[in-house]
Amino acid sequence: MKLEEELARMMGARAPVRLSEATALGTGLADGFDFYDSAVGRVVVAFNPDGVSAVTLASEDFKSYFADRFGRPLLRAEAPAAWGKLIPDRLEAGSPGKLPVDLRSVTPFQAQVLHQAARIPRGEVRPYGWLARHVGRAGAARAVGSTMAKNPVPLIIPCHRVVRSDGHIGAYSLGGPDRKWKLLTVEGAAPGSLEELAGRNVRYLANKSTGIFCHPTCRAIRRSKEANVVELKSATDATTKGYRPCHLCEPA
Amino acid sequence: MKESRLATISLYSVFSLLMDDLVVDLARNLDAAFPRLVEHMSPRLYWGLRRMTGDGHQAEDLSQEAFIRTYRALSGYPPQRIRELRLEPWVWTIALNLGRNHLRDRSQRPTLVEETTEPGDLDTEPPDTTAWQRRLDALPGPQREAVVLRHVVGFGIPEIADITGRPEGTCKADIHRGLKKLREIMESEDET
Repeated sequence: MKLEEELARMMGARAPVRLSEATALGTGLADGFDFYDSAVGRVVVAFNPDGVSAVTLASEDFKSYFADRFGRPLLRAEAPAAWGKLIPDRLEAGSPGKLPVDLRSVTPFQAQVLHQAARIPRGEVRPYGWLARHVGRAGAARAVGSTMAKNPVPLIIPCHRVVRSDGHIGAYSLGGPDRKWKLLTVEGAAPGSLEELAGRNVRYLANKSTGIFCHPTCRAIRRSKEANVVELKSATDATTKGYRPCHLCEPA
Repeated sequence: MKESRLATISLYSVFSLLMDDLVVDLARNLDAAFPRLVEHMSPRLYWGLRRMTGDGHQAEDLSQEAFIRTYRALSGYPPQRIRELRLEPWVWTIALNLGRNHLRDRSQRPTLVEETTEPGDLDTEPPDTTAWQRRLDALPGPQREAVVLRHVVGFGIPEIADITGRPEGTCKADIHRGLKKLREIMESEDET
């Protein structure tokens, strides 16, 4: 056989399957996923070169959930070496820290709200209205509520720390209110006593000796002596009684 | 002989037509069309690189990296510029210009965990190619590159000049010398 023909026969018919999959992961046209443990059980974390793109419960249909919502396939992968090791700690801490988060799946307004929610400290909660005010849209509590429902990365962005404006714990996208309750308990936010205060229309607590009023979970008011703490129905109620808003939890 | 040559040419032109279609689709919707680029181009790129490097893993590595660079470059191009690209030689240029410094960049990406274990690449290796690979490996780099691009992948001289950034005359000479060397190697095998 002629030399040139022998050389032409050296071309294989197909490339390894993993080449197209690895390429899809490298371009971000597919996301990788891996399993992790969390306070609410086993979760699936999805990631791409831009950061963590999704956190969802490790149920049977997580792949179809992801495909429906993000329009990309999901492939079993190891998280990027540069930041993958941060994921377990960040799931536990309930804040992104240095972990990059891919929020391209939500609107710029929603991303802004989610970044603000990420600032709520562990063990504390804030109402929707507080978030709305902090992104400069005081009237948009409802839009904030629906943003929490769309949080693509629950646990890492702690939407479980955002509660209804009337103080009740409210709904949770990652498997319902029981899991929200569980997380808040683990973090020391005492959801039972929050519900109890909400039931009696108490929104804020103030310290008589300092003259400062706070959200009920604020670390400032929690440090106060119980005998000094008074209950308040609203911010107006607080200011007419001569209290000023706390600088830590910024209730008004 | 004449017949098989004709068959090769027509297959190649069918492939080129496919690529013309693809640039139009890439210009319209990059993300939707890109997997097709990978699908169509993978076998030729992978096997060409494998013949040049003599190593399946390295060929896979380089192909993947070339595709990712291609995607990134395309996402920065206006549609008109994408439509004017001669896609396959361009991707090859990217592949052959890859330095080793791409490894650092890799830490930002997820790495595939294989759920189905392929028994190596052995199943995709065409029969009787080991001896030919060994002969190719004996050629100096530029000659091997030119011979593979011309006779394994099937590019014309102008494309090879484009891809390698070398004058057409030099490419022709490299191919000629490479083939001559291969014949010498085979003759010396016959003697022993």
